[in-house]
Amino acid sequence: MKYIDEFRNKDLVKNLVKKISAITDRDVTLMEVCGGHTWAIQKFGLPSLLPEQVKLMSGPGCPVCVTSKKFIDQAVAYSRLNDVIITTFGDLIRVPGSTSSLEKEISKGNDVRIVYSVLDALDIARNNPEKKVIFLGIGFETTAPGTAAGIKNCAAENIKNFFVLSSHKIMPPAMSALIDEGVKIDGYIAPGHVSTITGSGIYQNIPEKYGVGCVISGFEPVDILQSIYMLLRQIKEQKFIVEIQYSRAVKPEGNIIALKTMEEVLTLRDDWWRGFGTIPLSGLGLAGKYEMFDAEKMIPVDVEETVEEKGCICGEILKGLKKPHDCKLFGKVCTSTNPVGACMVSHEGACNAYYRFSFDG
Amino acid sequence: MDKNILLGHGSGGKMTHSLITELFCKHFDNPLLAQQSDSAILNVNNGKLAFTTDSYVVDPVFFPGGNIGTLAICGTVNDLAVSGATPKYISAGFIIEEGLSMDDLETIVSAMAEEASKAGVVIATGDTKVVSRGQCDKIFINTSGIGLLDDKHEHISSGSQIKPGNKIIINGPIAQHGMTIMAVRNFGSFKTDIKSDCAGLNHMISDVLNSGAKVKFMRDATRGGLATVLCEIAQNRKLGVEPLEEEVPVDENVRGMCELLGFDPFYVANEGKVVMVVDAADADKALETMKKSSLGKDAAVIGEITGEHPGKAVLKTSIGGKRIMDMLSGEQLPRIC
Repeated sequence: MKYIDEFRNKDLVKNLVKKISAITDRDVTLMEVCGGHTWAIQKFGLPSLLPEQVKLMSGPGCPVCVTSKKFIDQAVAYSRLNDVIITTFGDLIRVPGSTSSLEKEISKGNDVRIVYSVLDALDIARNNPEKKVIFLGIGFETTAPGTAAGIKNCAAENIKNFFVLSSHKIMPPAMSALIDEGVKIDGYIAPGHVSTITGSGIYQNIPEKYGVGCVISGFEPVDILQSIYMLLRQIKEQKFIVEIQYSRAVKPEGNIIALKTMEEVLTLRDDWWRGFGTIPLSGLGLAGKYEMFDAEKMIPVDVEETVEEKGCICGEILKGLKKPHDCKLFGKVCTSTNPVGACMVSHEGACNAYYRFSFDG
Repeated sequence: MDKNILLGHGSGGKMTHSLITELFCKHFDNPLLAQQSDSAILNVNNGKLAFTTDSYVVDPVFFPGGNIGTLAICGTVNDLAVSGATPKYISAGFIIEEGLSMDDLETIVSAMAEEASKAGVVIATGDTKVVSRGQCDKIFINTSGIGLLDDKHEHISSGSQIKPGNKIIINGPIAQHGMTIMAVRNFGSFKTDIKSDCAGLNHMISDVLNSGAKVKFMRDATRGGLATVLCEIAQNRKLGVEPLEEEVPVDENVRGMCELLGFDPFYVANEGKVVMVVDAADADKALETMKKSSLGKDAAVIGEITGEHPGKAVLKTSIGGKRIMDMLSGEQLPRIC
């Protein structure tokens, strides 16, 4: 299959592993920011191929994992309203809220539907004019333009029963926050999908301010290994820059139409990240002109008080301070069947990926 | 256990397993059920019978490659066949929603008759219930089946003779049924020629058994997919299982759809695939026999049983890495990005 097979080529993988081993002369810790990378790294068994000195650490780029519990509680509360249909990406339905989850609300007969795109949610709104259709806007710069475009369509078509509960976030503030908090990172394997939208400029201050290199990587094993090699080369030469490995998808300037749409419809605000707390100007809410589509503003609902689980160290795992195996709940109380924290729910979550794929036998 | 039944309890993965062990087996406790194999093996008048049951609720009722009726016969025939038995008699219970068109019902029933005749089984008894609109989804079918089991094949359903070094064989490409249903159900706009692999496997299986190949175990990889069968072998026999990713056949169009939607084909349902564990010396013989059948022309040896890492299936990935292969938890959900 084109664009897949060549990036899973065994000989290329072997060569890259050889080059990585040859250039490694010290202990380095690289962080894959994006959950899609964590998933691919574990799925293909990359850690079993790398030299021991190269450690990979999962970052905060799994949208489900950094979503606050309060957001889930809000969505659960909305799903209990008779005249509401919740539309959401699949990953979110199993994330535990304080006392329930969307999956459990479905089993009680509440109307929660999995969609693949905001356009599916719009169709549901058109077909159910008597209902309020709330789309759970989650994800980084990858999914935010889709939500923005959906809202623009609604405005153009004068659809009045479509709303967004936004938890959209942007990536760079969290990447800076990690280093500011003292997490030791020698290089960032930077998000591929986010960068197709944003371009490479958003990471510029990371090498400049912190002396940490960023390589924007694709999601296949050859992509990730090549990105690791590029980072190791930067470290060896002590020349830290932003490089694009994923050049078949990412342009330095990004996707200008998507960026413009996002800028028009969404506006930056402070946002709460699981594990980090509030990060200034890291979230995206609806701009004033579009507030008639903002679920929070337009549909009042009582939300239960948010209760945080005890013992779960998702926060430290998201910051790369700890590995899933360090958590005393991991694999015992917290499993993929009975997830305690969001990192165990999403396939992109570090705990889920380690639980499913990590070889320790 | 959760207080309400969730869809994941029916996925065939971990949640289904805990429902079976923590609820059904607790109350129905008996040695026959405790074996938890595809068919129960009954001792009757010095002979042995295999006995199985399954319900079919597929949505949509008609799909490329078959319909709910085809599934209802093939599924039960296969459950008997993978126990090493020769399928003989089938029962058919229908729960029909008020309003189903008579033409649709006839299409389903005639497909059942055709599959039964191909498999050489008799639909010997049946039952019909009609419920009000909305109380079921068009039509649900339950079939039970009885097969005759030769003493020399009794070990197959439990897998008691599986040993390190044994080879694992599958009769063709995986994930076709599940992705077909996914395509019709959720992506009407997807233009694809993916077809369900729904088929009765009893003749191909009996050819392999008659070839003299020492078959240690068989299971049809339905809900939960190939991965779930491999994990079950590892867990039940306390042995290691080592599948080789690059040897597992997956059709290009199925693979493309899985890549696009973020599904792992190892966990996607099949309806015409048998996983066989055979003595290493007989692997070629079993493979050659399968390949003679149209249902096994793409058969492949996909891995082996090992004494290492007991209880775990460890996948050798296509790029040469190693990782755990775990059972599916809950429904497989598409990823966000």
